[in-house]
Amino acid sequence: MEPVIPFTGQIVAMPINDIDTDQIIPARFLKTTDSAGLGKNLFADWRYEADGTPKADFVLNQPQHAKATVLVAGDNFGCGSSREHAPWALKGSGFRAVVSTSFADIFRNNALQNGLLPLQVDEETQQQLISLAQEDASTTLRVDLEQQTLTLPDGREVTFPIDGFARHCLLNGIDQLGYLQSLEDEILAWEESHPARVNTLATA
Amino acid sequence: MSANGRRPRTLFEKVWDKHVVRAPSNGAPTVLYIDLHLVHEVTSPQAFTTLRERGLKVRRPERTLATMDHSTPTTPRNELGIIPVPDAMAAAQLDVMRRNCEDFGIPLYELGNDKQGIVHVIGPEQGLTQPGMTIVCGDSHTSTHGAFGALAFGIGTSEVGHVLATQTLLQDRPGSMAVRVEGRLQPGVTAKDIILAVIAEIGIGGGTGHVIEYTGEAIRSLGMEGRMTVCNMSIEGGARAGMVAPDDTTIDYISGRPCAPQGEEWDQAVANWRQLPGDEGATWDREVVLDAAELTPMITYGTNPGMGMRITERVPDPDSLGDPAAKLALDKALTYMGLQPGQSLLGKAVDVVFVGSCTNSRISDLREAARIVRGRKVADSVRMMVVPGSQPVKRQAEAEGLDEVFRAAGAEWREAGCSMCIAMNGDQLQPGQYAVSTSNRNFEGRQGKGGRSFLASPLTAAASAIHGAITDVRTLQTELA
Repeated sequence: MEPVIPFTGQIVAMPINDIDTDQIIPARFLKTTDSAGLGKNLFADWRYEADGTPKADFVLNQPQHAKATVLVAGDNFGCGSSREHAPWALKGSGFRAVVSTSFADIFRNNALQNGLLPLQVDEETQQQLISLAQEDASTTLRVDLEQQTLTLPDGREVTFPIDGFARHCLLNGIDQLGYLQSLEDEILAWEESHPARVNTLATA
Repeated sequence: MSANGRRPRTLFEKVWDKHVVRAPSNGAPTVLYIDLHLVHEVTSPQAFTTLRERGLKVRRPERTLATMDHSTPTTPRNELGIIPVPDAMAAAQLDVMRRNCEDFGIPLYELGNDKQGIVHVIGPEQGLTQPGMTIVCGDSHTSTHGAFGALAFGIGTSEVGHVLATQTLLQDRPGSMAVRVEGRLQPGVTAKDIILAVIAEIGIGGGTGHVIEYTGEAIRSLGMEGRMTVCNMSIEGGARAGMVAPDDTTIDYISGRPCAPQGEEWDQAVANWRQLPGDEGATWDREVVLDAAELTPMITYGTNPGMGMRITERVPDPDSLGDPAAKLALDKALTYMGLQPGQSLLGKAVDVVFVGSCTNSRISDLREAARIVRGRKVADSVRMMVVPGSQPVKRQAEAEGLDEVFRAAGAEWREAGCSMCIAMNGDQLQPGQYAVSTSNRNFEGRQGKGGRSFLASPLTAAASAIHGAITDVRTLQTELA
């Protein structure tokens, strides 16, 4: 995974609460066995007509937002299904971060595993960013993971919380699996003191 | 402090504490051991790819079980006894699952196998789901297994890879929340109505960051399958997991199942399970209380499971909401659903009735639906699909003649799988169609692009199939208690 470095990105607003992962990527696109190539189906049911032509009034189809890399959403982003295809589709569509006042637990974990930053802000900052994006599509936001800061166009800096270990992994471009593998001795010790009660091999 | 000098702990705390391989250290969260890992075809392929890329094995195949459920057809078997898979992408995904299980030595209940079924039906059915375990699956409805007093939650595909390779996960300790449902349910009111009422109360983000423990007389009075229905939809309130403390009902349900402990091991296991309920004086971070006697059959009117109401209520008016974002959300939902503020849903014509899904596809769900349908006809305007949760559920229902009850009424009796709950397998609503569904999500397009879903109990679904319109089951001349 690429280390996450500070970046400045155009923002685009979808001020809708409770955007669920079925909207982010509908289930019919989950028959793939790959994580690449999902970007074109991001928000597919909101984005395309039945015949596949892009809906002109959908915000992500508007040319002035084509370069956006930060999605500013309503509250409780990413609720519902655990599909990691949701952050894959957002990343595949060029997004590097999502801003909301809250994220569903599984989506947040999945985003962090993929270098997509879930940026949790207060309602005032969320509303300010939504207004800015709607007034001027060229509005940008600076995101600094190391400092855990967002810099708004007016120079105001706000901080965002992030799990310290996830931050460490993202800044260094490492993933969590390597860390778990390094704990082999401790895992083995746990297993030896906690004998298994079930054996799935006996059932097949 | 309790008698033994320890701080009183909740059920959740006991299960969590026991599975800590490494407490938070060096800035890293808890490393939690996972007792049972359930795997299905949709959220696992990329995890196996990661294992191959890094030359890793599955650490504990004997703690891993795979099934095929999401993209599998539920259409009848052909003359060779095989369920054909006409969708090339689905067929390819199933092939990948088969190859991954072979290559990594994981037991698989594949399509056509006599134990195949929905991942959250098969675990309890085989006796693999047991109190005090940690259970994960790349599926948000893994919370279902919490009905046994297990800590069970959904994970993403990267985490599926972590568990396959190390049998552990990095987890921040969630908060705790109690939902106490006091008193007794009225006739016609079921576990599904309890959980729809809970979600309507707390909202779809209300449980975020928390594990819910369901307590109270109404929960205790539920059978295991009702408890599974409640825990199943914990995620629809945003909760990480839902749990019910094990009791005699739990132990009786597990006893004699194929993977249940035997002999002395059984006695030891039961003794351990008896220690799991929360200690006297243990507390939760939050508590919500509902009175079961006040509950009625529930139905959703909107596009998330929190948009639910008593079936006799009227669709709320966005203008009555103070919060602009909530108003906008309700406006958008009612536009999608084609409903008017103030409208009653009773008598609203529907096109499809779906009885199935990991929420409501077990034998007790099918018995309830059959009780309503028996001796009646599904309205001509309605397509009713009944999809058992697993092959064993299907065989049990057939042994009881329920398939004949459904068929005689004009309903379709299908093979086991997730079916129209997620609409990946060809079972789906057409644009604009209305459905009463016993599943768990009424999100836009969830049951087919443009389809519109009303979530309800099997009783309400069956009654609505008979009348061709949303019906309060309590108005039918059928004994409900």
